[in-house]
Amino acid sequence: MSPAPLLELDGLTTHYVSARGTRVVPAVEDVSLRLDAGETLGIVGESGSGKTTLALTILRLLPPAARIIRGAIRFQGEDLVPKSDAEMRRIRGKRIAMILQDPMASLNPLFSVGEQVAEPIRIHEGADRRSAWTRARDLLKAVKISAPDTRVREYPHQLSGGMRQRIVGAIAISCGPRLLIADEPTTSLDVTIQAQYLNLLRELQRTHGLALIFITHNLGIVAKMCDRIAVMYAGRLVESGPVTTIFDAPAHPYTRALLESIPRMDDGNRRLTAIDGQPPDLAAPPPGCSFHPRCPDVMDRCRAEAPPAFAVAREQTARCWLAAPATVRS
Amino acid sequence: MSDSSTAATTIDGRRAGAATLRWRLSALRGYPIVPIAIITITALVAIFADYIAPHNPEVGLLGQRFKPPVWQAGGIEGHLLGTDHLGRDVLSRLIFGARVSMIVGFMAVIVAGVIGTALGIVSGYLGGWVDQVIMRLTDTWLALPAITFAIFLAAIVGPSFMNIVVILGAVFWTRYARIIRGEVLSLKEREFVRLAIVANCTKLAIMRRHILPNVLNTAIVLATLQLGVVIIAEATLSFLGVGVPPPQPAWGLMLADGKKGMMAGYWWLTVMPGTCIALMVLSANLLGDWLRVKLDPQLRQL
Amino acid sequence: MKRFLVKRITYSVLSLFLLSAIIFFFVRVTGDPAVLLVEPGASQADIDAIREQLGLNRSLGVQYVTFMSDLLRGDFGKSFYYRSPVLDLYLSRLPNSFLLAGVAMLFSLVVGIPSGILAAVRLNGWWDRVGKIFALLGQSLPSFWVGLLLILFFSVHLGWLPSSGSGTIWHVLMPAVALGWVFAAYNMRLTRSSMLEVLGSEYVKLARLKGLPEALVIAKHAFKNALIPVLTLAGINLVIMVNVAIVVETVFAWPGVGRLAYEGIAFRDFPVVQATVVLGGAMIVVVNLLVDILYAVIDPRIRYER
Repeated sequence: MSPAPLLELDGLTTHYVSARGTRVVPAVEDVSLRLDAGETLGIVGESGSGKTTLALTILRLLPPAARIIRGAIRFQGEDLVPKSDAEMRRIRGKRIAMILQDPMASLNPLFSVGEQVAEPIRIHEGADRRSAWTRARDLLKAVKISAPDTRVREYPHQLSGGMRQRIVGAIAISCGPRLLIADEPTTSLDVTIQAQYLNLLRELQRTHGLALIFITHNLGIVAKMCDRIAVMYAGRLVESGPVTTIFDAPAHPYTRALLESIPRMDDGNRRLTAIDGQPPDLAAPPPGCSFHPRCPDVMDRCRAEAPPAFAVAREQTARCWLAAPATVRS
Repeated sequence: MSDSSTAATTIDGRRAGAATLRWRLSALRGYPIVPIAIITITALVAIFADYIAPHNPEVGLLGQRFKPPVWQAGGIEGHLLGTDHLGRDVLSRLIFGARVSMIVGFMAVIVAGVIGTALGIVSGYLGGWVDQVIMRLTDTWLALPAITFAIFLAAIVGPSFMNIVVILGAVFWTRYARIIRGEVLSLKEREFVRLAIVANCTKLAIMRRHILPNVLNTAIVLATLQLGVVIIAEATLSFLGVGVPPPQPAWGLMLADGKKGMMAGYWWLTVMPGTCIALMVLSANLLGDWLRVKLDPQLRQL
Repeated sequence: MKRFLVKRITYSVLSLFLLSAIIFFFVRVTGDPAVLLVEPGASQADIDAIREQLGLNRSLGVQYVTFMSDLLRGDFGKSFYYRSPVLDLYLSRLPNSFLLAGVAMLFSLVVGIPSGILAAVRLNGWWDRVGKIFALLGQSLPSFWVGLLLILFFSVHLGWLPSSGSGTIWHVLMPAVALGWVFAAYNMRLTRSSMLEVLGSEYVKLARLKGLPEALVIAKHAFKNALIPVLTLAGINLVIMVNVAIVVETVFAWPGVGRLAYEGIAFRDFPVVQATVVLGGAMIVVVNLLVDILYAVIDPRIRYER
């Protein structure tokens, strides 16, 4: 019997509702997945697929126009959905932390980096200024920032992009969270810095026993960092499972297309393949399976009915009629 | 009584009429009815002042000085809003004063708009050193304090109706120039302008026939937004004594006169003209805001 | 940095020359300067004498050079009424205007900033709507009328405050409110939009992600950043206030440069009026320069632009 998962999403659904309730955009629709302690899950998808909304839903930091319609978020056994704001505030930063994409924008230009790293420690653990400051310095060391004693007093604009993102990482692990959500943390970094940063994340994960949710559109990062992968399209989870299994044998046509579109070094003069068409307008999604207009293997059934998730292999599920067992397919 | 204009036959004719009225009114929703009404009424009052005003605004009975409005003790019948320090009827002066505010306001805005738009178009379209010079001029002109500059000009040319209009135009044109220039800069890159250039149109023709109509929208929005400012400026000039010369009644002038009686408690001489100014400016501002949203969403930053 | 400074200062100097040229143009070209620059009630002989004395018969270029050299030496002419150099008059009154403007600015910030923040934090709530009405009224009610109403209520009706003059704090209250009222509405709108922008920023999002209480997020992280545009503009607005105060100073008989300008008009004292325009404009140019330099010092990115 496998131990209880660290995080379990059960049929989670988040909609954006316009002021008068007339327009409804289903940003996240019926997402179920699980994450064990110490695991790394990669959430992959195009922009607009709902990945960021999913992350914000888990942290219950949605903008006023968005609402959780259904589902449960079970973190360490507790359902986060019915929790009050005050309760969630004790969880954010302390038990679940998040890293955002743009490190320059994430740091307040008016405060020193030390102050910003020490802040969550003081709030969550009630530490006094001096001990919080010392811990901040240690955290800077932990994220491999050179000369932490001087750096700790500096301001964000004095640091390079890579260093800033490390500071953001330091802030995230400052109170010892069990789960870290990283929303495209390397997208705004130089390519040369990216690999360093990813290594740092992996090391932090190992040292602190963190579970990591990595939101990205870059399958290369997924291959390097993640144990499991969840593919999102138009707000739904279309495929999920262990990385090796899925990369070897993707069951959903979208996943397959994503993998095929990665240019390979050994392919000589093969043309790059792209996926035809555009992601759907979530306010007016196509009937049936939302991928069907772009699917190379579309069947009649796909146009009419949205498929549920089918188990394809051990721990691999795909939301596709092609993955249905033969008896269900026609 | 059946109304032939009602579409359907009804048992209760009144109910159908009310429904039609409500349907017609709903079409008006979204339009700033009150501001438009106020401005229209003021315009009508200004035009028909001779017929509406109960008394001669320039002549007063000295025996009836400083009479309060009718509803207060001491008020005289026939002088609804009281009389001023020369016994002149306040209401009549307000009505005739509307003329000055409206005419000067509208004309000054047009003058400023014409100058500013023209300079904006020329500056934006021709570019180069012409642009630099005009922009420099505009920025510097903007530094001139508005009211002080206006009284400076009034001291030079002397205050008269037309002079005030031109002076206000000369003070407020700068607000247009920059914005119109910005519009023109982006218009320059559009297809139809390029086609006109290829077709060998003269620069003047292009500016007149292609650029001008397209910036007109923005210019109109700017003009309505400016109207309130100009009306206040005119009132300020009148208050300081350099507005339209007496005996022509002007709201600002009434305020200046009213100040003399204020210490004795003759409040209506201050409250009445000021309320008129405030209502006019408020309506102009509301109308301007609405127009801005309707006609040119890009100007929202203004 | 040096390049930027040089460029920017040259710009301003050019503006100052252009400014005086504009004034010069209007005086010498559109009016009859001899009539203007002579005391009211002077005879024709006096007028001719002035024409000779000021060299108004010489070419425009020569006139302009004399004009500018006079200005640069600080010679703005002599007041007919006060019989003293205008520049001295102006400078002696200027501190009073700045005092009034200072109090008015304080008022506008104390009223404008908190209401702007409240309006942004409780977006579309009751306070936001009140704020919008306040902003509209601020734009629509002339400042001198507000002053008159204040006098009517507090001096005439209640007898609490003096209606004119200066000297005590009671004297400065009403004029400061009348002057600052428009700017209070402006500051409220500016604070509101600045706060909204800050509240939507990434670092505020991160602050929330850290689990900080909302009050701390607003008071610590959002507030300071939102204030930046308001405070930097406050400097320019202060000088604008000094210029715009002409009517308020007249209503309250406050002895500042605005009232001086009014006296210039009332007593047909043209040199005073001319000087007020030039100096008023010059102050704006200078304060704009100072603010731009300040920005460059604070934000290194600006220095290296262009």
